[in-house]
Amino acid sequence: MDIAAQSIEGGFVDPVFDAQTVFRTVMDAMARPGSVQPLPAFARPPAPLSATAGAIALALCDNDTPLWLDPALQASTAIKSWLGFHTGVPLANTPADAHFALIATPAEMMALDGFSQGTQDYPDRSTTLILQVGDLVSGSPLLLEGPGIETSATIAPAQMPRHFVEQWKQNIKRFPRGVDIILATADGIACLPRTTRIKTMEA
Amino acid sequence: MTAQPKDIATYNFAYLDEQTKRMIRRAILKGIAIPGYQVPFASREMPMPYGWGTGGVQVTASIIGPGDVLKVIDQGADDTTNAVSIRAFFKKVANVAVTTDTASATIIQTRHRIPEHPLTAGQVLVYQVPIPEPLRFLEPRETETRKMHALEEYGLMHVKLYEDIAKHGRIATTYAYPVKVEGRYVMDPSPTPKFDNPKMHRSPALQLFGAGREKRIYAVPPFTEVVSLDFEDHPFEVQTFDQPCALCAAENVYLDEVILDDHGGHMFVCSDTDHCEKRRNAPTSPLWGGRAEGAGGGLDQSTPHSTPTPALRADPPHKGEGKEKQ
Repeated sequence: MDIAAQSIEGGFVDPVFDAQTVFRTVMDAMARPGSVQPLPAFARPPAPLSATAGAIALALCDNDTPLWLDPALQASTAIKSWLGFHTGVPLANTPADAHFALIATPAEMMALDGFSQGTQDYPDRSTTLILQVGDLVSGSPLLLEGPGIETSATIAPAQMPRHFVEQWKQNIKRFPRGVDIILATADGIACLPRTTRIKTMEA
Repeated sequence: MTAQPKDIATYNFAYLDEQTKRMIRRAILKGIAIPGYQVPFASREMPMPYGWGTGGVQVTASIIGPGDVLKVIDQGADDTTNAVSIRAFFKKVANVAVTTDTASATIIQTRHRIPEHPLTAGQVLVYQVPIPEPLRFLEPRETETRKMHALEEYGLMHVKLYEDIAKHGRIATTYAYPVKVEGRYVMDPSPTPKFDNPKMHRSPALQLFGAGREKRIYAVPPFTEVVSLDFEDHPFEVQTFDQPCALCAAENVYLDEVILDDHGGHMFVCSDTDHCEKRRNAPTSPLWGGRAEGAGGGLDQSTPHSTPTPALRADPPHKGEGKEKQ
């Protein structure tokens, strides 16, 4: 398939209702951090962008939201033109300018503090990171506490960024500034808003 | 004017265009991530005036889907103008199922009450907010209040509560009682009676707040600390009523005074009409019986909660009746 066809195919079949379903899934995941919300494949973006991460981008991004792509995605012209065709999203020059960031290889991603953290006056002006992870069970377990969690929750995302727990502790210290993370697997999502505290599990 | 549209396709689903919904959805996600922080958003004009819940309507329109069941309450009542018209609006533009039953609703849009029936996980409570800034009447400049939130400088609010005590001997704020969310942001719970403040604390439901005219969205995720501000020697207290609901005899619920006639007759009834009707319809309800019969009709003046009134009626009037005809 040539790039022109690739960039046009694979958007939402039903833009209004698919976007609503994807958003509600993200909203539920953000409101209940650590819970895994199932999300079937609504979009078929070019590889290596996953169906789930692609659908989240279609549901939330538009010409108001500069998007940053990690080097693996940046390398693909097909992905850039697919996102451009379906959302009209501009690409951010630096991660600090981005409202959203799509990360295909979280294990190699840059530090969380390189993204926009918002300001003390406007902490909402921060980057929301969409991380493509293999699954939420095979990595090192993270014990989560905080708003949205009744007592505690556990997820074990695979292929997380290096020193993630340490980086996340710094992210919490910056509150109300900080980044929020959406973890996207092949068939579901989980969220880590900036309020969620991670307690490492003692083996 | 065109003819009455027969098909909802005349509008986009849920009235708002998709770009507006995306913008509001992004604001909702930020609001959830920063509990109690007021996220600015580009509020749209809605086909209803400001003050009729344009903020709540925009939030509801952005989250609602075809599978949702919507309940709308106005001061607890399902049958008042605001509630009826917003329910009709969403029936028309989104073709969703509507209900008055608190337990079966997935989205509850509310004007100034939290239902008496406990909310559950998976429900979303959408508040209509007139003035989202709790510090606004103390400091009119947005630039200053924003700085105060940024620096967590809430001394002024405590001074205001202290002045209440100095003047009245107690904290006299009874509605829009300021709360602190997750130990950080001071938030206006919208003008709900302070009676409802404890229900916000660690509620299993997601709470979203929309202020249309003031262009702010904020949120309280489930199981989040919501603490009403107070002092050690003047702890926060909710309103209490010295009589039960005159219709369903419910205690520990929020009551409205209903004027029955122009001779001073009045009665106190549940503000939450769904809760009240459920109790009256439940044949097993142990409380439904003699206690309420004196109310409103007032033949038996020895009943402590009955009110003198010439309205001699066999059946107790219900709240939705509106003005009584004698």
